[in-house]
Amino acid sequence: MAAAEAQTMTQTLPGKPETPWHEVVLQTLKRNDIRLVPYVPDRVLTALIKSIHADPFFTTFPTAREEEAVGIVAGAWMGGMRSAVLMQTSGFATLANVMASLAVPYQIPLIMFVSERGTLGEFNYGQSLVCRTMRPVLDSLAMEHHTVTRLDELEFITDRSIKQAVTTQAPVALILSPLLTGGKVEN
Amino acid sequence: MNKTARAPARNTKIMNRFDLTSRLVARLKNEEAVIGGIGNTNFDLWAAGHRPQNFYMLGSMGLAFPIALGVALAQPKRRVFALEGDGSLLMQLGCLSTIATLAPRNLCMVVMDNGIYQITGAQPTPAAAVSDIVAIAAGCGLANSSWAADEEDFERLVDLALSASGPTLIGVRIDDKPGTGTTRRDPVQIRERFMNGIGVRQPL
Repeated sequence: MAAAEAQTMTQTLPGKPETPWHEVVLQTLKRNDIRLVPYVPDRVLTALIKSIHADPFFTTFPTAREEEAVGIVAGAWMGGMRSAVLMQTSGFATLANVMASLAVPYQIPLIMFVSERGTLGEFNYGQSLVCRTMRPVLDSLAMEHHTVTRLDELEFITDRSIKQAVTTQAPVALILSPLLTGGKVEN
Repeated sequence: MNKTARAPARNTKIMNRFDLTSRLVARLKNEEAVIGGIGNTNFDLWAAGHRPQNFYMLGSMGLAFPIALGVALAQPKRRVFALEGDGSLLMQLGCLSTIATLAPRNLCMVVMDNGIYQITGAQPTPAAAVSDIVAIAAGCGLANSSWAADEEDFERLVDLALSASGPTLIGVRIDDKPGTGTTRRDPVQIRERFMNGIGVRQPL
C-alpha cells in the first residue's frame, strides 16, 4: 500500500482533511449499490483495487481481458446486480466491438473507470498513441464520457454519472486523468 | 508433420446442436437461465422454443460464458446455462480461469464443438485438429469438465449440472449443420424480456 501511495500524487483540498481520490470512488460506488467490480489491473488503480478487495461489501476480481469484464457486468445487470469495470487506457482500446454489439444496443448501463495513460508525461510511445483512440471511439458511439481532473469534482461527476447510466440505461466512461491520480511516471 | 497423428482421440459421438439444445431445454423445470452465444448456437436455442429465461447474443463473440457468469453471480439461487461454440470460446479462453477461480456453484457451460466456423463458410478453427477443449477447461481449473459420449450421456451430465456444487462444463462434438431457426434481432426486447423472465423487472 505504502509503495503504491508513494508513487501516486494525491490532490489535497485546501482547508479540508484529505480524502484520496480512490476513497472517494469507493464510497461513491457503495452509495450507489455497485457491488461487483471486475477489473484488469493498472498501477494507478492499485490503491483503489486494494481497498475494494479489503471491503466485504464488494465482490471484486481480475479478468483476463476487459471485454470479459464487460460481459460479466452485462450479465450481472440483467440479473439485478450493479457493477462497474476498472481498466487502463490500452484495455479500453480493446472494447469497441463489445460496446457496439452488447452494451449500447442492449441498453446496458456499463460503468467504466479508465485510468488514463498516454498523456501528461507518458514515456511509452505506444501508450500515447492508443490514448488518442479512446475519445474518438466513445464519441463515434455517442457514449457519455467525462474526464475527471479535479478531486473536488470527482464525487459529483462519479455519483451523477452512475445515476444517469442506470436511469437512462446507457454506458458511461469515467476517465481518471493524471491530474487527479498523479498518473504513472517513469521510474 | 502428420496432423492427424497429433489429434486428440475422439471416441465421442458426433451429435447435432439443435437436438442437444432441445434435450437441454426439455430438462429445465425451474426457470433456469440460458445464455446463447452468437450465431448458430443461439439460433438453435431460439428454434428450440423461446423461453423468457433465454438470452440471445447478437455480437460480442466469445462472451456467452462471461455474461452467464454475471447472471450466476447476481442470482446465486438460479441455475444458469451457457451455450457457446468452440470458435467463440477460443476468443475468450481466459474466462475459463476466471470462472474456475470464482467457482459459482450454479453455472453450467456447454461447448458446441464442430471444429469449424460454420456460419462464415465452415473454415476450420485453429484448434480443430490439435486441441481438446475439455482438457483446456480442466487445465484452467474447471475440474468438472467432461465430453458427452452420446445424447444419453449429455442428458446425464445436464442432470448432474442441475445439482452440482461447483461450475461444470460439458463438451459436445457436433456436426456441421447450420442453425435451425433465426433469432429475432431485437436487442432491447431480448434484454428486457430476459430481465422479466428472471424476475428482475415486471413488464410495463
